[in-house]
Amino acid sequence: MPGKLKAKIVAGRHLPVMDRASDLTDAFVEVKFGNTTFKTDVCHKSLNPQWNSEWFKFEVDDEDLQDEPLQVTVLDHDTYSANDAIGKVYIDIDPLLCSEAASVISGWFPIYDTIHGIRGEINVLVKVELFNDLNRFRQSSCGVKFFCTASIPRCYRAVLVHGFVEELVVNEDPEYQWIDRIRTPRASNEARQRLISLMSGELQRKIGLKVLEMGGNAVVGYLQCFDLEGESGLVVRAIGTACTLDKLSSGSAPNTNTHMHPSTAPASNACNSPSKDGKDVSVHEFLHIRPVFGEDMTSTSGPPTPFRALPTTSSSLPPFSPSKPCSRQSSSSDTDLSLTPKTGMGSGGSVGKEAGPLKTLLRQQTQTALEQREFPFFTLTSFPPGFLVHVGGVVSARSVKLLDRIHNPDEPETRDAWWEEIRQEIKSHGKALGCHAVVGYSESTSICEEVCILSASGTAAILNPRYMREGCLDIGITDHRFEEPSPPSCGFCHIPYDELNMPFPAQLTYCYLCRRQKVPDVLFTTINLPAEAAVTGKGCLIQARLCRLKKKAQGEVNATAISNLLPFMEYELHTQLMNKLKLRSMNALFGLHIQISVGENMLLGLASATGVYLAALPPPGGIQIAGKTPGDLSAEHHILTIQKRINDTIAKNKELYQINPPELTEEVLGSPVPDSRQRSRLFRSHSESSDEVSELDLSHGKKDAFVLEIDDTDAVEDIHSLLTDAPTPTGFYSCNTEIMPGIYNWTSGVQMFTSVRVFRLSNANLTNQGLNKIFTDLCENLLKSFYFKLRSMIPCCLCQLNFTVAVPEEELIQVTVTAVAMTFDKDQNQEMTADKPPAKGGNETEEQLQFPLELCADPSSANCQPASKASGVPECSNFSSIDRCSTWLELLRLKAHTIRRGSVKTISSLERSSPLPEGRSRSLRSNRSFGGISVTVVKMTPLSFLPGTRIIKYLGIINMFFIRETTSLREEGGVSGFLHTFIAEVFSMVRAHVAALGGNAVVSYSMKECMLMENPNKNQAQCLINVSGDAVICVRETDQEPTPSTASI
Amino acid sequence: MTMELDVFVGNTTIMDEEVYQLWLDGYTVNDAVRVRMDGGVMEECEASADVLLSDTMDQYRTFQMCERLLHSPSKLGNQLLFQIPPHRQAMLIERYYTFDDGFVREVLGKKLSKGTKKDLDDIGAKTGVTLKSCRRQFDNFKRVFKVVEELKGPLVENIHHHFLLSDKLARDYAAIVFFANNRFETGKRKLQYLTFQDFAFCAGQLISNWTVGAVDNMVEDMDVDLDKEFLQDLKELKVLINDKDLLDQHKSLVCTALRGKTNNLNEMETNFKNLSRGLVNIAAKLTNAKDVRDLFIDLVEKFIEPCRSDRWTSADVRLYLTHYNNSVHLLDTFKHQVVWNRYMDVVKSSINILHVRLDESEGLSCFMEKKKSQRWGR
Repeated sequence: MPGKLKAKIVAGRHLPVMDRASDLTDAFVEVKFGNTTFKTDVCHKSLNPQWNSEWFKFEVDDEDLQDEPLQVTVLDHDTYSANDAIGKVYIDIDPLLCSEAASVISGWFPIYDTIHGIRGEINVLVKVELFNDLNRFRQSSCGVKFFCTASIPRCYRAVLVHGFVEELVVNEDPEYQWIDRIRTPRASNEARQRLISLMSGELQRKIGLKVLEMGGNAVVGYLQCFDLEGESGLVVRAIGTACTLDKLSSGSAPNTNTHMHPSTAPASNACNSPSKDGKDVSVHEFLHIRPVFGEDMTSTSGPPTPFRALPTTSSSLPPFSPSKPCSRQSSSSDTDLSLTPKTGMGSGGSVGKEAGPLKTLLRQQTQTALEQREFPFFTLTSFPPGFLVHVGGVVSARSVKLLDRIHNPDEPETRDAWWEEIRQEIKSHGKALGCHAVVGYSESTSICEEVCILSASGTAAILNPRYMREGCLDIGITDHRFEEPSPPSCGFCHIPYDELNMPFPAQLTYCYLCRRQKVPDVLFTTINLPAEAAVTGKGCLIQARLCRLKKKAQGEVNATAISNLLPFMEYELHTQLMNKLKLRSMNALFGLHIQISVGENMLLGLASATGVYLAALPPPGGIQIAGKTPGDLSAEHHILTIQKRINDTIAKNKELYQINPPELTEEVLGSPVPDSRQRSRLFRSHSESSDEVSELDLSHGKKDAFVLEIDDTDAVEDIHSLLTDAPTPTGFYSCNTEIMPGIYNWTSGVQMFTSVRVFRLSNANLTNQGLNKIFTDLCENLLKSFYFKLRSMIPCCLCQLNFTVAVPEEELIQVTVTAVAMTFDKDQNQEMTADKPPAKGGNETEEQLQFPLELCADPSSANCQPASKASGVPECSNFSSIDRCSTWLELLRLKAHTIRRGSVKTISSLERSSPLPEGRSRSLRSNRSFGGISVTVVKMTPLSFLPGTRIIKYLGIINMFFIRETTSLREEGGVSGFLHTFIAEVFSMVRAHVAALGGNAVVSYSMKECMLMENPNKNQAQCLINVSGDAVICVRETDQEPTPSTASI
Repeated sequence: MTMELDVFVGNTTIMDEEVYQLWLDGYTVNDAVRVRMDGGVMEECEASADVLLSDTMDQYRTFQMCERLLHSPSKLGNQLLFQIPPHRQAMLIERYYTFDDGFVREVLGKKLSKGTKKDLDDIGAKTGVTLKSCRRQFDNFKRVFKVVEELKGPLVENIHHHFLLSDKLARDYAAIVFFANNRFETGKRKLQYLTFQDFAFCAGQLISNWTVGAVDNMVEDMDVDLDKEFLQDLKELKVLINDKDLLDQHKSLVCTALRGKTNNLNEMETNFKNLSRGLVNIAAKLTNAKDVRDLFIDLVEKFIEPCRSDRWTSADVRLYLTHYNNSVHLLDTFKHQVVWNRYMDVVKSSINILHVRLDESEGLSCFMEKKKSQRWGR
């Protein structure tokens, strides 16, 4: 009996009138936990009752504390008939179980009824007294912290990153139980809400146990989802990354901000001057990757910052933790030498070309370390600097399953096996890309009747080998920073795979920044843009949208049809992405999320990502249109017009996104550049006037162009649709990553919003093209709508734009978007750009240029071979699709314009993806204290930070599930009115819970599910919403760290 | 493309003041979209009609959801459903309770009953205010009336406190409530030239001088009901016209004081008894509810119209009333100075404003302009 839960009901307000005769209410409250129920007195004839109850005490196991919510029911007393329920409040007491989170829950909660919505508010006080229980076999995992934030939370530092944790629980769905036929809709909804709450609690507890077993104390990037499978059950599953976190003293916390300003400045230091950087970066969190086996004590990962190993960790480590303190690591230069004999002063060359064998060796070492784990996956999307060494590309896997074939629907085994299969697939793809880990990993499902598509995706990556070797030993306070194997601003772009043994045909060039290593011409990833990456200009949201009709079918036939369609959809989505990327003159995608949603008669595919121009990667080639039938004059003319439009668009986009990379001549690219030459080039780039830009643009058409062949009407359509994407209006930027590259001066304006649209297809026989057009318009109009609504915030950027598509019914397409609009200071922005010759894209460019300079100063590093200039082949078919098993790819490869860059994907048996929230984001501090207002203002953001504020405390995870139903749809303003109210209610309940925990903001907020079922004929509708996020306290950032002026922009 | 469903919900509730005004003015969604399009908002942000429609629908829905809260504005401050910054809350409330002067002028002094509500479409047609807006305004009057009816303390403060209105608006509502409660007749043709603001001014005077609250500030309805005792005492003033000596003495005092200060001395002298009789008789009859209702019409008929026919200027009227009032203090035998002052303070300022407005309304254009500016100026 290790815990005592105490609750007190203080008062109610704004209660609904329950007694028509008196226009008043006789309210009382039932407080229930587990099987124990207490009641307050009846407060007669009041809409604002004061109960001021005694403390109700529940003595319970901590296991129950984790699983069960506290259930507060407000009722209207009726002497002669049954008491009427007014509504309920479920309070998740998990945050109270962790000493570092909230200590008391106290505040006004909306009283919620699944039929009537919010009906007044109730003031409740909850406390927990935990008794220490050192039982080794305990079933609870109290004290393990959970974070939705997919990065190391601000004000913590990662001592160890243990790796992937997952769990899945199954139960019968109350909607499908026999009893549902006789109970009221209210009872059935409440049963469902309660069950999911219980299951989430159980899931968290089980994951917590796994974390404790691994020696960790926290889960970051916690991602929980529901699968409403219907007859076969209700699944709640979660994945996350287990860590050992240490709370930073408040003083040092702000430093972590460095993250937020993707700065190239530290990067430049990184090359040579550790000491200088030291002070600045000293507080970066760092990770130890937990050693898994003895031989080569792999274990820590310290970012490029002083490495401070923690004595405490060793105790928590299993017996095989590092056996020998690798003292040699204590000095950074030593480290470097030992690892990479090659490095001279420019540490960048450590993995230079001739270091090949060494590289392999290194990889092997780290690989073994990671391989020891079942799945070397990380749900994180942002990392401490230096953690990420190389990024291979996107890996994904989908699988179509039939739910009615589950032998034992009540047990999790079958689903476990399914996911296991997918994860294996992902793992092997990662390996094929020469990577030992997968970061930015997420999983999702899409269900339609008995067909379920399971999807998983992530980014294959190599994590810093040093972290693996370091051992989590305390090397004392090592003040040295690690030297980077390659400059952080471009290192992650360098290919992880073996050039001679490439997993897929790719076009490699030498890195445009350091010039020492090979980079692909395009990079796709699912993670956030690393803070230290060198980027030219701004980024933008890029979406590929696709509809495919399919025949209605059942069972296996249906599943087969779907799985046959999937590869083609993926292929087309990639083609679209690639074309749109080129159209914007960009060369990399971050935060890529591809969702494939299944309906009865169609499949919807939506890929969203943020395009950027990575300075390290070669400039993208243009797009060339080729006709199939030469000689046809009119056709040729047509082609010319299109070609011109495309070229114009590219030029316009370059201007819009301020992409003005330094012009590099091919000779420069091709040969190791002598010092002097570089220098001169550098100067030249300065002196160049903006006039040159146009010239530059034109050159695109020739070099390295991407050929689109117009061979049929479909192709024409495709090209047209390519050009129909409306540009973002002036003053707006948009991205689906945490922050927009190129914008650093955020101001405090934040507006989180959710928007839902459902379009009903007319009965007309629609073609794929027609559908595509509708779907594209739907998405485009949504964006336009946002820009219009948020026009008062200009200049502003829509961040973490998370689109989710669904086919709730035949003929219906639903798009749900959650995002945050953040204001920034335009003047500063302009000033910055104005300072620099506009043509050259600001300081960034400059800094980028400095790298090559420094690096090349080292003669030993000059051994880079000239990259054979970009292959003469006009269409770059460099793409990385690895697919061992699927024959479809073989076929696809034959196609001339196969484009799939850096992404490996497979479709295993049958599959489809469902809307998964994009990885959340990274952290920033946030906050603001508000005074004088009776209701605490609670800010919400899908990002991991609030600009201009600093998070001083994480209060616990918010994970709420609501059902709302109505039988008077028309009276509530139709479906729109119904859903509008419901979403507003959900927001208010989230805010109330956060405020009751003592918080003033929710970060990493996401709406994971918004499932709407309507039946206008019966005047009915039902909606399910699941939201999650991290409740935090944040304060206005008074002592702002010096804005990295050099670094920004 | 028309959507089956289309919603946008912000964590901080997004509201456009322009759309709010259109909603308050009772425009339908489609009309509002048209107005906005004409307003040029589309060019401003490259929006299309679809976007505008969707935005307008969202906002209308939001306002409808808020309306319930606006009915008891103090709830808006501590409700949890919408996160609205305090200054926006104030704007929402203030605008919601703002009324059209043209409309209020029509219902001023009428009983706020179902019967009046039925006439709203006529009033709407007459004033050019949409029926929807008329209903909102009428319901606002009624709601405020109902709430403050049974409260103790100063009327304006009560309104200010319960409805969180600005001081100016709270005063206007006090006037509306006061007029509705006492059912002052304002609809007669002879009073048509007066605006709501003119009556509101008079109401302010009445409230601060003639109500129970003028002497005792802690009773129910103190500012709503006239002080019965005081009305009773007014009968005593009849001595001023009934006692021949007093009347002559009064007349000579006034005329002496006026000598050399006006060109209309003669008319004033000849009319003195007539005018004085008029004013004192009005006072003496106020115990009668019917005569209370006719207060303004009486003032116009018994005083202003005679003055008009003699072509007194507003300055003349002011001058005359000042001395008419002051001279009474010099009457040694007159014992009701306090009651006289309390009566005359109101009558004096009311007649002044009524006369000034009549002057102004001579130039009708001038009058219309004012009305207009009052209507749009807030």
